[in-house]
Amino acid sequence: MVQQLATSTISMLTYPAMSHDGITVDGLVREFGSRPPIRAVDGIQLQVQPGEIYGFLGPNGAGKSTTVHVLTTLLPPTAGRATVAGFDVSTQGPDVRRRIGAALQEAALDNFLTGREHFELQGGLHGLSKPDRAARARELLERVGLTDAADRKVGGYSGGMKRRLDLALALVHRPSILFLDEPTTGLDPQSRSALWGEVARLAKDDGVTVFLTTQYLEEADVLADRVGIIDHGHIVAEGTPQALKEQIGRSSVEAIPANPDDRGAIEAVLSRFGEPAAASPKGVAVRLAGGSESLGQVVRALDGEGLAVAHLQLHAPSLDDVFLAKTGRSLEGDEEDAREEAAA
Amino acid sequence: MQLETLREIGIIARRSVRRTLRQPALIVPTIVFPLLLLAINASGLDVTKNIPNFPADSYLDFALVVTFMQGGLFAATTAGTELATDIETGFLNRLQLTPLRAPAILVGQLAGSMTVAFLASLVYLAVGLLAGAHVAAGFGGALVLIGLAMLVALAFGGIGSIIGARTGSAEAVQGMFPLLFVFFFLSSMNLPRNLIEVHWFRTVASWNPISYLVEGLRSLVITGWDGTALWRCLVTAVAISILSFMGASAALRTRMART
Repeated sequence: MVQQLATSTISMLTYPAMSHDGITVDGLVREFGSRPPIRAVDGIQLQVQPGEIYGFLGPNGAGKSTTVHVLTTLLPPTAGRATVAGFDVSTQGPDVRRRIGAALQEAALDNFLTGREHFELQGGLHGLSKPDRAARARELLERVGLTDAADRKVGGYSGGMKRRLDLALALVHRPSILFLDEPTTGLDPQSRSALWGEVARLAKDDGVTVFLTTQYLEEADVLADRVGIIDHGHIVAEGTPQALKEQIGRSSVEAIPANPDDRGAIEAVLSRFGEPAAASPKGVAVRLAGGSESLGQVVRALDGEGLAVAHLQLHAPSLDDVFLAKTGRSLEGDEEDAREEAAA
Repeated sequence: MQLETLREIGIIARRSVRRTLRQPALIVPTIVFPLLLLAINASGLDVTKNIPNFPADSYLDFALVVTFMQGGLFAATTAGTELATDIETGFLNRLQLTPLRAPAILVGQLAGSMTVAFLASLVYLAVGLLAGAHVAAGFGGALVLIGLAMLVALAFGGIGSIIGARTGSAEAVQGMFPLLFVFFFLSSMNLPRNLIEVHWFRTVASWNPISYLVEGLRSLVITGWDGTALWRCLVTAVAISILSFMGASAALRTRMART
């Protein structure tokens, strides 16, 4: 059923015209190598409305960065078609580049230049006049909180400062569409939160369309108006975070008995409220047929039977549940790996 | 060349010069290593001047221009390494996302290595003169010497850029350095061609373009204004510059797969 719902969500989208001020992707394919070719992006189809934050969620190697490289004109597609800001990425690369900003996965900055010198370089190459470059640098440095560090060499910046500078540089020529490729990977929670705030502000106040790739569920959930979940080059689900989670179904409740001998009795009580669900080794869980509203009845039923629980938790469906339902795998393992890699 | 391209070259060149001047590790070896070799050779091989028909009064005069050539070689390594580093770090992608044209990247990037070559040339000349060398072509000759040395650095820089753009690896560029150095030893760098008695060596040296670069520069120091040597040097340097720049442009175009 979940599969059908997701398929219907995708098929509900129509792709009638390729001239579009946001992003339109139709049957996009990108292969690498030739013996045999590896298909990193396999016929994806999506549409991002102007002013929308679109979260592109998937594990490492799913095809997220390749898609961004194609949409930012850094890689030609093998097949299919994509337009960005109304221009074809294959044939109108310079027009696309004029209208987009991008902060790619690696915050590619020059450690020997200062933050301000980066603006001078980037603004100059985008054709901004010297006074405009200086004014824009002041404005953006202030916006991302780097005014005090503006004349320090970037080599001495922290990871968070580099990411913020990277984001600010992507905005120097006032793009209408912004591509952010895993912008918060490796950042501490405080820096991540600050960057989320800035991205949300850009979309809300400045009307910038944001295409954001991430492997962090929370990031997609918090930031994105709509999410596309990609795995092995395919989009396996697409919709608003809420709609995707609703597709998965109801909340589940997990109880850990205070006395392990009560496990069977607790299981019997919970089974009245829904079918069994995955639980921790010491716990018992059911997917609530009546949704989260039936949690009160569960508590009363347990109490009525005189069963004590050490821990009772309501699990709302998450995007990881969506990913699990679509692929049979959990994204959270990859997310943990990414965090550990970043920490290392 | 379009005005816009010139403007882009200026922007990239400014960055390249800033980067280079902020990395003493790039400048110091370029200056110190050739001077160290000059000191060793000038003192150890000075008796070479006693060989009949040796063209200079001192081996210092004869060997002085080798420092300029080695400086050019360091410039090649710098140019290639800087380009490869930009590819490795993804900075090239940042540049590609702007309207910047590929040739502007190449020419602009060479500005840093040319700056090193210029500074190094001034030091080589100053140290040589202080150590007792004479520039037979006088002050004007010294200026031409520096100009030709810059042209040689440009030519070698183009070769470094080819390797940098093709491999995208700073380590690979540095790994090529000893190989290029072999070409130096297979030239008339240490002895005039007419005094090389080993036949195969003299043949190789005569076919080696490095010999003509060395001989052109050297003529200004030991002979004066030698039109033939200067003309050969100029043509060789310009030809290598053009060919290496074409090769580097092609390699960079392949690297920059943007639509």
